[in-house]
Formats: sequence, structure tokens, C-alpha cells
Amino acid sequence: MRMLDTLQQTHLRQTLAETTPAPALSRRDFLKSGAAAGLVVAVPLGWSGAALADPAGQPGVLAADAFIRVAPDDTVTIMIKHHEMGQGATTGLATIAADELDADWSRVVAEYAPSDPKLYANLAMGIQGTGGSTAMANSWEQMRKAGATARAMLVQAAADSWKVPAAEIRTANGVLTHASGKRARYGEMAGAAAQLTPPTNVPLKDPSQFTLIGKDRKGRLDSLAKSTGTATYTIDVKLPGLLTAVIARPPAFGARLKSFDASAARQVKGVTDVVQVPEGVAVVATGMWPALQGRKALKLDWDLAGVDARSSAQLFAEYRELAKRPGVPASKPEAAASAAAPAARSIEAVYEFPFLAHAAMEPMNCVAWLHDGRLETYSGHQLQTTDQMNAAKAAGLPPEKVTLHTLVSGGSFGRRANAEADFVVEAVHVAKAIGSRAPVRVQRTREDDMQAGYYRPLYVHGVRLDLDAQGLPAAWQHTIVGQSIVAGTPFAMMIKDGVDPTSVEGAAELPYAIPNHALTLHSTKVGLPVLWWRSVGSTHTAYVVETLIDEIAEAAGRDPVELRLALLKDRPRHVAALRLAADKAGWGQRKPAAGVARGVALHESFNTVVAQIVDVRLVDGQPKVERVVVGVDCGTAINPDVIRAQMEGGVGFALAAALYGAIDLEQGAARQSNFNDYQVLRMPAMPKVEVHIVPSAAAPTGVGEPGVPPLAPAVANALYRLTGQRVRSLPFARQSLSVAAQATT
Amino acid sequence: MITLKVNGQTREVDADPQTPLLWVLRDDLGLTGTKYGCGIAQCGACTVHLDGAPIRSCSFPVAAAAGKSVTTIEGLQSKAAKAVQKAWVALDVVQCGYCQSGQIMSAVALLEQKPKPSDADIDGAMAGNICRCATYQRIRAAIHAAAREA
Ligand code: FES
Ligand code: FES
Repeated sequence: MRMLDTLQQTHLRQTLAETTPAPALSRRDFLKSGAAAGLVVAVPLGWSGAALADPAGQPGVLAADAFIRVAPDDTVTIMIKHHEMGQGATTGLATIAADELDADWSRVVAEYAPSDPKLYANLAMGIQGTGGSTAMANSWEQMRKAGATARAMLVQAAADSWKVPAAEIRTANGVLTHASGKRARYGEMAGAAAQLTPPTNVPLKDPSQFTLIGKDRKGRLDSLAKSTGTATYTIDVKLPGLLTAVIARPPAFGARLKSFDASAARQVKGVTDVVQVPEGVAVVATGMWPALQGRKALKLDWDLAGVDARSSAQLFAEYRELAKRPGVPASKPEAAASAAAPAARSIEAVYEFPFLAHAAMEPMNCVAWLHDGRLETYSGHQLQTTDQMNAAKAAGLPPEKVTLHTLVSGGSFGRRANAEADFVVEAVHVAKAIGSRAPVRVQRTREDDMQAGYYRPLYVHGVRLDLDAQGLPAAWQHTIVGQSIVAGTPFAMMIKDGVDPTSVEGAAELPYAIPNHALTLHSTKVGLPVLWWRSVGSTHTAYVVETLIDEIAEAAGRDPVELRLALLKDRPRHVAALRLAADKAGWGQRKPAAGVARGVALHESFNTVVAQIVDVRLVDGQPKVERVVVGVDCGTAINPDVIRAQMEGGVGFALAAALYGAIDLEQGAARQSNFNDYQVLRMPAMPKVEVHIVPSAAAPTGVGEPGVPPLAPAVANALYRLTGQRVRSLPFARQSLSVAAQATT
Repeated sequence: MITLKVNGQTREVDADPQTPLLWVLRDDLGLTGTKYGCGIAQCGACTVHLDGAPIRSCSFPVAAAAGKSVTTIEGLQSKAAKAVQKAWVALDVVQCGYCQSGQIMSAVALLEQKPKPSDADIDGAMAGNICRCATYQRIRAAIHAAAREA
């Protein structure tokens, strides 16, 4: 078996043959088995410092632009500018480029781009970074052009060499052919093509010509490495002399270190340094265990004077008061009041949503290596540009002296997209504090990860709905209370007229025709850091809107799906997604089994519309979700199976939060610390998820987040049918639920 | 010095006997396929086989593994293991992938015990392995597929 390399070679490219433990599972096994037909042959899931922009010294290699390289051995390397955290961006971006290139998919290799916003910016953000489910949408044209340009150069090279018109040359599966019988593999023409000037304005394929995009096939580029334990995450980075550090952090947000005694910690075998850093006291050691033992031996004295001691319960009480009066106007202007009809009845509802932790499977970490007047970092860098700026500042170096190595991460869900780059900066601080003596990995334990902050904010919503004599909405007044995610960060420019759009998205503008809709916002200040959490504002707004729509349906005596369809005006994508899910679920056609209730919700986020229909049973007072039928419109489906995977994962992630998710703030600290008290979804609770994709030729939109929002309200709507209770606080585990005498299933 | 048998090879390690096997595998032996997720036997990311049975290596002192046979994801060789990994790839189970070494180790142990597991068997054997990406549906399907294959 060949171990992952030591890794001065920062250009490490792990080919399958290198990384697969030969005795266990070889590439030949895979190809022979047939199970892997069409699978990828090389899986570089390590890091790469090799910018395609600089292919100097690689004879015979075509580097058409910053994204594609064709080598003489036919390998097509596609540079991935986005961070891979499981969402499938690697496979998606490669698929787009490979299709226009007519590449042989089995020879496609992905490499992660270095930090260079001029080449690799997210075109939706203006900086290099991944988030907001934008990876496919912002790269669609760019990657298609990259593929088409490289193809055009190969074709021209063949035309020159064969002395035939370029228009007569056909390409497919990495091979150029001409009616005369001439034939060449891409690799054979790569050297000649590299001599040509890249053409501009190369025509793109008509969608009918796609051979990879939209095809229902398996073949994630990262499947094999991640199924053999050979993908390199931050926790796996090996460098000469690499040290491991853990940080003793404040026991509460806002606490400050008064003094510490490290004498016992220094006695622990393997501990090399104990250093004070802005984040606390770092214990540096030859490995994780001595670092942890050293940290345990520290004596620390903290000043708690600056701690915001309000508990979650107190915050809820304060927010409930605030929700009674309007805040800053936050609805879209077109929702201005019209003449109000007199209300026949009103619904007043107050909703409560707790803090949530991201709890990505790989606890936050980063390797920092200061050497020769430079800094190198290795991490799941999701916002490369701000990570680089923050790292440079912490190191006291100009940004161009900082090299980022973006590795795959063990999940993010928003956590690694932190403009303050907390997990990067602390590693740089520790590397500096040990005198740049060695590379160091700051590794958080699960407890550190859960307690050191960045939570989905706690929110309260207050809504007053006026209904007319038919039970239809006449006015919808809505106030949201909670911390701003972007205030005080480099993203603060998103705040317009006092409104952080991430606090209100999903409720500021309703897809339904509802007169007199008005939303206002109170942005609060609390002494703990908050951050976006998979689907951001829609994690709470969708719950409020979609459970209230069901209440309206009940008041109007209408079927919840039918009422939604009736209220959706000029929203063909919503209608299509909802109809698809309803048809596939047999809504109104097939009755669910005895004891099972069905619920529906529909929500657009990140320009993708998702409808979900859930079948729920009550087991021991808790919802057991048995089946979820998803209808999704995400424009062109680049990789249908990746879309399905994201919907399945979004459902499971959302269900975990809906069932159990809560971080309770007490005395300035999170009470939960690990998976024993912050429960997440486990295998037995996973429902069957069926995903149906609305056919579309429109440009692709995101799928990483939009599967999350509809789940919780759909479950709540089903629960009402079972229990007669309208659940207005999450998680469900904290509600006492029982089957109603007359369940409306 | 503690003598271990890891993936068929005898290895000597100079570690505090209380060190969890996980950190010896990762930091001393460089076997980084086995992951850390919680450190308290809650998530299963660190699952390895000890004499064929799945254990949580984060909560298992290295001294207790002395003289026993440890298998990590890097050392999987059995027919069941190959069938499991093949099914994982064929069904594109992984997302972030971080939990998957542990999932695969638990799945292999299950199939070696019970070649044709039911859904309830899978729930029982896999409930200790958390996947935050919630790939559970595909894990279940891949275990069934591997059972057909093995
Ligand atoms: S790391 Fe061992 S069970 Fe989580
Ligand atoms: S694949 Fe991400 S935690 Fe399982």
C-alpha cells in the first residue's frame, strides 16, 4: 500500500493508482467489475498549487485558459474554482467543461484552483468563494466557454495538420475524426494546439448536443477517494515537522484571559509549546493526544466581566416583546398596502427558532506554515479571498506572500464561509507564536467546534394575518427579530436601508398573491457570533410562511395544495414544482396509511424552487417522517444524480434541526458540546426521499441549500393533521405532541 | 513500546498506553483514512475493526489493542469489503465523505456478520455512524447492493 505522500510536494496529484490501497481495491478491479463503468480514473483530492494559468515548462500540454489542460497522455485536467464540501461542485463544474470539450469523461481529472480572484472569482460575488448555492449558476457560461475554446483549439490543430477545413472535423469522447479516415486522440493534438492563440467567441453547443450535461449517470469525481479513505482533508495534511495544536478557549463569549499557569502542561510528554494567542492559550504538541493532555493540565483564570449573560430563554422573552411592534420596513416595495378589506377573523402567531450549530463532520481546522517570508495555509478554504486577506493580516504579510491550498472539507453548511476566517486566523496566530518554527495544525475538538461559536441566530417572528369572509388573506403583517449575520463583517454592504437581507429572505416577498403584505425587522445585538447556516434566512422564514399558508387553507376550507396553486400568480416554476411533487406523492389520489398524515410545503431559495410532500407518523410523541417526495426546479439539471443527492441530504439535514436542533445559550456559553447533547439525524430516522426534477432548459440554479427550507414546515403541516397542534417553536423534540382525538388524516 | 498488528503488519509504537487508538493510527502510523468526529464514541467516524469487530477507536486505549489485529480502511481486503466499496462508488454514496471511512467499516463488519441484512439490521448496525450530509438513504442502498454482490 502506498501511503499518502509527505507533502512538500504541494503539487501532489493523487492518481487512482497511487491512492487506492492496491490489495483492497484497485482501479482494475473497478473497471473489470463493470460496476464502475464510466468512472473516473484519477481523483486528485489533495491540494494543488499548480495554477493552470502558468503552464510554463510543460511541453506538449494545451492550457487553453485558466480552467482546462489537455496533456499528451489524454488526461484532461479541469481546474475547480469552488470549494468542495460535499455538494458536488467538483463533478458539476467538470461536467460542464467536459461536455463542451467533448472530453472522454474517464480521463477527466479535477484540481482545486489556487487563490487568485482575477482568474477564479465567483462571478456572483466578485471574490473567490463558494456560497449561496451559486457554484453552477456563476460558472455555467464560464466553464462552457472554457470547454468550447479548448475544443476549438484541438480542432484547429487537427485541421492544420490534416489540411482539411476545421468545420469538417468531428469530436467525441476525446477523439478527433475526419471523413477521410483521419483520427487523433486529444492528447496527440494537445502540443500543436498549445501553439495556437485561443480563439474568442467560440460558439457553444445547442443543449440538444449535450452528451454529459443532464444525463442521468453516476460518476462523482470524488467517490472513489472518499470510499477508500484516501481523500486528503485538512486533518490529514502531512508536512515535515508538522505540529498539532489545540486552544484552550474562553468559557463564555466575551470572557478574557487574566492569567494562566502552563507548568503542568509543559510537563506532558509530546507538548512542545504553550503560547498565548488572541483566541486563548494554545497547547502545541507532536500529536493530538499530547496536545489534549496538555490542555487539560492548564490552569486558567478568566475575567467574565464582558460576558453577555442573557440566556436563550431571556432572548426569546425580549424578542417576543420586540415582535409586538414593527421594526424597520423590509418587504419589497410592490407589496405596498392597498385598501384593506375588513377582516372577518385574524390569526396571531408567534414563532420561536433557537440558535443552531453547523456541526460539520470535520471539526474546524487549518494548517499554517510560515517559512521563508511566506505563509502557506491548508484548509477547506471556502472563501479564498477573505481567508487570504485575513491570514495575511494575522501573519503581518502582504496577501501575495500568502498561498492558500484549498482542500476538500468534511462539510461546511455555511460554517467555513466565514468572512472573519476564525479557523484560519487562529492557526496563523499559533504558527507565529511558536516563532514560525514549524508548520502547525490547529485542530478543534468537537466540543471546541460546537462551543466556539458561529451559530444560526435565534429568531422570533410575530405575524398577524387578517382573513376575509372566505378565509382568504386580506392582510399579512409580519415582524422578524434576530441578530444580523452580516453586520460588522465585510459583507455588511449587503445591508440596505437598515435591513440585512439574510434575516428576511423568504418572507420579504411572497410568491403568493396576498394583499397588504408588510414585513419589518428588528436587528438585535447579542454577544455571540452568528453565521449563515445552510439556506440562511429561509431556515426560519419558510417555516413561518408555509405553516401559515396551511392555516389559511384550513380557514378557507381549501386543500393546501389547491390553495397554494390558486394563490401562486405568475409563478410557473413554483406551480410546476408543486404539481410534480403532488402528482408523484399521490396527493389527493392515494390516501396515506392509517396513522400517517401528509403535509406539504413549497419554497424558493437561491433561485431554485422546491416542493416537498411528507408522510409523517407519530411515534412516542415524536414525528417519524417516513417518506419525502421532492419536486425541484433548478433550471438545467447538470447532473441529475448530484441534484438528487443534494435534495436527499438537504432533507436529512433539515430534519435533524427540525427534530432536535437547538443550541441553548446560558451564561454566555452554549450548553451543548457534542453529539450526545446536540442530537443530529441518524440512520433509523432517515426517511425515504424521492426526488423529481422539473425539466428545464433555463440556466442552472443552485441545489446545495434549497432542499432544506420546505422540510420542517411540511412536517409541521402534517403534524397538525395528526395532533391538531400548530407547532410554533422548534425543535419538535421539545414539544409535547399527542394524536388528536379526531385526527384529520 | 506497544506492539500492534495493523492491517497485517506488526508495528511498534512509543505512546502513552491511554492514548486512544485513533490518534496512534493517525499521528504515529500515518493512517489518516480513519477520521475524528467526536472523541466520545458518538459519531462512528473513527470506526476500525479489532479482531474483525467494529470499535470506536477514539474511545479505545491503544494498550487494549496490543496483541490484537487492527484493520483500518486502508487495510480492507475481504470480499465483503470490496463489495461494499464497489457499491459505495457505484451508487455515488459520498458527499463530503468525511464520515464514510467509518460508515464503510461499520457496513463491512455488518456484512461479515450478517451477509443478508434486513433494514432493521442496517438501522441497528449503522445507527452509531453519523453522516451530517445525510447520505443514509444511499448507504442503506449500497449495503443491500453489496449484500447481493458478496
Ligand atoms: S470520533 Fe470516535 S465515535 Fe466519533
Ligand atoms: S458524507 Fe459528509 S458527513 Fe457523511
